[in-house]
Amino acid sequence: MRTKVVLYGLLLVLCVPFVFPTWWMVTSSFKPNAEIFSPSLWPSSFTAEPWRQVFTMQPFAQQYFNSAYIAVVVTIGTLVVASMAGYAFARIRFPGQNVLFLVVLTGLLIPSEVTIVPLFRIFNSLGMVDTHWPLILVPMLGPPSVLATFIMRQFFITLPAELEEAARIDGLGRPAIFRRIALPLARPALGAVAIFTFLHSWNLYLEPVVYLSTRTRYTLPQALTQFTDAYQGQLWNVQLSAASMTAIPVLIVFVLAQRQFIEGLAHTGLKG
Amino acid sequence: MSYWTTRRRDHLTGYLFITPALFGAAAFVFVPLVLVVWYSLHEWNVLADTFDFVGTENYRRLLDDPGFPAVLRATGLFSIGLVVVNLGLALALAVLLNQRLRGTTFFRVLFFSPVVVSLLAWTIVWGFLLQDNGGINGFLDTLGIDGPNWLRSGGTAMASVVIVQVFKNVGLNMVLFLAALQGVPQELYEAARTDGAGPWTVFRRITLPLISPTVLLTSIITVVGSLQVFAQISVLTQGGPGNSTTVLVYYLYQQAFQFHAFGYGSTLSVVLFLIVLALTVLQWQMRKRWVFHEN
Repeated sequence: MRTKVVLYGLLLVLCVPFVFPTWWMVTSSFKPNAEIFSPSLWPSSFTAEPWRQVFTMQPFAQQYFNSAYIAVVVTIGTLVVASMAGYAFARIRFPGQNVLFLVVLTGLLIPSEVTIVPLFRIFNSLGMVDTHWPLILVPMLGPPSVLATFIMRQFFITLPAELEEAARIDGLGRPAIFRRIALPLARPALGAVAIFTFLHSWNLYLEPVVYLSTRTRYTLPQALTQFTDAYQGQLWNVQLSAASMTAIPVLIVFVLAQRQFIEGLAHTGLKG
Repeated sequence: MSYWTTRRRDHLTGYLFITPALFGAAAFVFVPLVLVVWYSLHEWNVLADTFDFVGTENYRRLLDDPGFPAVLRATGLFSIGLVVVNLGLALALAVLLNQRLRGTTFFRVLFFSPVVVSLLAWTIVWGFLLQDNGGINGFLDTLGIDGPNWLRSGGTAMASVVIVQVFKNVGLNMVLFLAALQGVPQELYEAARTDGAGPWTVFRRITLPLISPTVLLTSIITVVGSLQVFAQISVLTQGGPGNSTTVLVYYLYQQAFQFHAFGYGSTLSVVLFLIVLALTVLQWQMRKRWVFHEN
């Protein structure tokens, strides 16, 4: 009994730095400017004005849409590319397979920060600077996609061969086996890859800062840093309102599907 | 018998299936990697539109750069601090949540939640809390403690950035550790206890060796991730005070995209690549010595 009380006490104290910042972000976003630095857990004079200012100071709805559609496109694209390649590397035998897999795998050693200068030059010569193309193409086909391919391969390799043999005898070709048998079984792995990919795109910061210069094309992470007054002083309550709007929808999805989130990540990232 | 045997068709399908991934790796990883080495041998000014071969000039500049040792120091401090605190806390939380207690799922959700909070939102609210007149010093004030200006004084800026990042992502490693802990066979614990081993001995002699593959995996992920940190530095400290938190990627960004020294920026990129490569190879070597078993 004593140990239980100690353990619960410990857990509660440890929770503070994980939960309190999110609480502080949301409650402070409703505080008027005069109250913003008061250490009160609840706004004493509640105002929704900062939430309105978010939309008048910047094309925030447009920026929100930019982030959302880029993340969705990148996630779907990555799922297609990575599940196909992962399946082929795991289940199909073809000449040069191992060498090609090793080549793809070495891509894991090269973070996208290393290649940002040449990629900037390439996209510049293609006229794609200040467009969303770099933010879509590089994550969808570059290093994050390599990681996704690896995770998918590790999953497909665990499927029993009998399943496919039975389908073969029934006369199914490879593409049909992949689509109708392997993919439905891979849903946990696909879910984990989707979550990773979505969050990665949603959080992307260096790339938008490097590539984008037009406000209406900004993505959320970049937009969040732009809420300043004429003297470059931060408008904290407006900034925190925008931050809350960025964080809360994903948090709600997470809370509703926490089991799939956590266990999906734990069990697919691990089996390596 | 037609030319298209099942085996041949399989080969074709295999190549077709990997084509997008292979194209992506070539176009967005390997070609740029070769280019960055090539660029690092050039003096390249975008504004003046010049691109001249200068040989090892940029590498000599690197050795003479008075700012560079500080950058390496900041990068090392950040990475070591992050890996040690992150893995230590992740393991401690996983052990706590692995106890037979009601409500551990609830706490697991709370500890994991910052992972899904937008990185910039998380960083901004911590930046707000760590202001000189912010929430943390306000709280310390009520205890009669005069807190430092966390992000603006040399002694605390780096530690603050590390801590903010640890709380953001430690949940990920915690979950991986927890899965590993749950994979340790119960019989081993019981056998050890029957032999009279204390909890600490059990942890060191049984738990730690059995979860060592996970320790290796998480440490590789965390080390490589720590070298990529940019947004946190850019929002919280802008590399300061002085250049005490100017880590390599931030310095690279400044040189290439603020000072338009793309040649020198490429040289710094090559250095970043070599560090990632060396650390990964090193950890892979350590696996042979320390990791208990693998299947």
